[in-house]
This record gives sequence, C-alpha cells and structure tokens, in this order.
Amino acid sequence: MTFLFYFVACLTIISALFVVLNRNPVYSAVMLVLCFFSIATLYLLLEAYFVAVLEIIIYAGAIMVLFLFVIMLLDLGREAALPKLKKLDKALSLFLVVIIFLGILTLTIWSGGDLHQTLNPSSVGDIKAVGKALFTDYLLPFEVASLLLLVALIGTVYLAKRRVK
Amino acid sequence: MIVPVEHVVILSLLLFLIGIMGVLFRRNAIIIFMSIELMLNAVNLCLVGFSRYHQSVDGQVFVFLVMTLAAAEVSVGLAIIVALYRNRQTINIDEINLMRG
Repeated sequence: MTFLFYFVACLTIISALFVVLNRNPVYSAVMLVLCFFSIATLYLLLEAYFVAVLEIIIYAGAIMVLFLFVIMLLDLGREAALPKLKKLDKALSLFLVVIIFLGILTLTIWSGGDLHQTLNPSSVGDIKAVGKALFTDYLLPFEVASLLLLVALIGTVYLAKRRVK
Repeated sequence: MIVPVEHVVILSLLLFLIGIMGVLFRRNAIIIFMSIELMLNAVNLCLVGFSRYHQSVDGQVFVFLVMTLAAAEVSVGLAIIVALYRNRQTINIDEINLMRG
C-alpha cells in the first residue's frame, strides 16, 4: 500500500507537469483528468472515501466536461503561434516559485510536531461521519454553499447570454 | 495512515507549485484556469492529509466546500472566457488588458 501511494504520487506529479507544459489545450485537459483520477486514488489511500467519490464526480465528471466543451467550442488548439514570455518575467517567476518551495519545505521538515510518524488506521473517512458533521456543525456553511451555487448559476446564464442589439 | 503526513504535505506543495508555474508561465486563459484547479486540488489533498492526521472529519467538510467553490468558479470563469472570445477573438491574456466591455 505504501508503494502504491508513492507510485500514484509520482503519476500525479507527472500528469500535472504535462498539464502545464503541453502546447495543446486538449491534451492538457485529458492529462488533467488523469491527474484528478490519481488524486482520487490518493484520497482512497488516505481513507477519505467520500472525498474520493466527490473528486471523480465533480472534477473528472462535471468540471472537465465543461473545460473540454469550451475548448472544442472555441477551437483553441493552436496556441503555438502565441508569443512567448520575456526572459526577465520568466526568471522572476522561477525565482518566486523556488522561494515558496524552499520556504514551505523548510517549515514542513523543521516543524516541531510529529509529522513524520505513520499513524494507526481509523474510521474517520466514512460517509456517515462526514454527513453528520455536514448537517450538524457545518449546517450554515452548507446552506451558504448552496446559495453560492445559485449565484454562480445566475451569473453564468447572464454572462453566456448573447447580447441582443 | 500508510505514509507520514509530511510526505502528503510535500506532494501537495509540489502540486501547488506546478499550478503556480502554470499561472505564471502560460498565456492561455484556459490553461491558467486548469492550473488554478490544480492548486485547489493541492490544497484539498493537504486538508485530507491533516484531517486523517488529526483523526477529525472537519478537513473533509472543508474539502467539500472547496469543491463547491471550484465548481462555481469554473462555471463563471469559463462563461467569462467565452464572452471574451466572442468580443476579442483571443484568449491570450496579454492582449486582454482592458476592463471595459
């Protein structure tokens, strides 16, 4: 199981890199689906079964279909003709990324807690516990989330509507 | 847990940095949106790891809320991209530098 975790972790990183580095947005979208599936596998290995199912239904199902639909609709498969970044911008961006990486890595490795211990199995991730927390302690955020979805729905319909002149 | 939570955090850090690199290096608005999704997923992974570490279900509830937010954000963002493409015939974000319609 431990080996499986590291294998899927490598798969996640590689597919994420392909998402960013690929010139063709369609390939990027397909690689992103692979990335979401491997992240769902990681959730399974971390015993978060509800989140794993949600990841596949929402991300790999709904969001990626939306992405692919827009890519096909707009015919975006020709980004290679676009101009590249300036050298200075690239260097500054890389510098920022390296600084963040080293900072968080240092914080993680040198933190005082027992983050490097492996823990006993538990039954935290089962759907019953998540549902109970969602409908008791987190009832208000849950309702606000539904309101947020309603607002997003109205905003999307308004934005996507063709203006009548 | 089968691995130390430290490794989950480092994996999530790497995913987040790949997302940042996508936002900074790419000029295609769709790819930038995908990178934002990658970053949200990295944070979700970290939340699940720590939820497991603390034996508490709160982290998974947060992940649920983040996924709701991601769905709303993607629908509105892609609608904006479609509207932009309809008006400007490009999604290169360097050429989109005006806020008026």
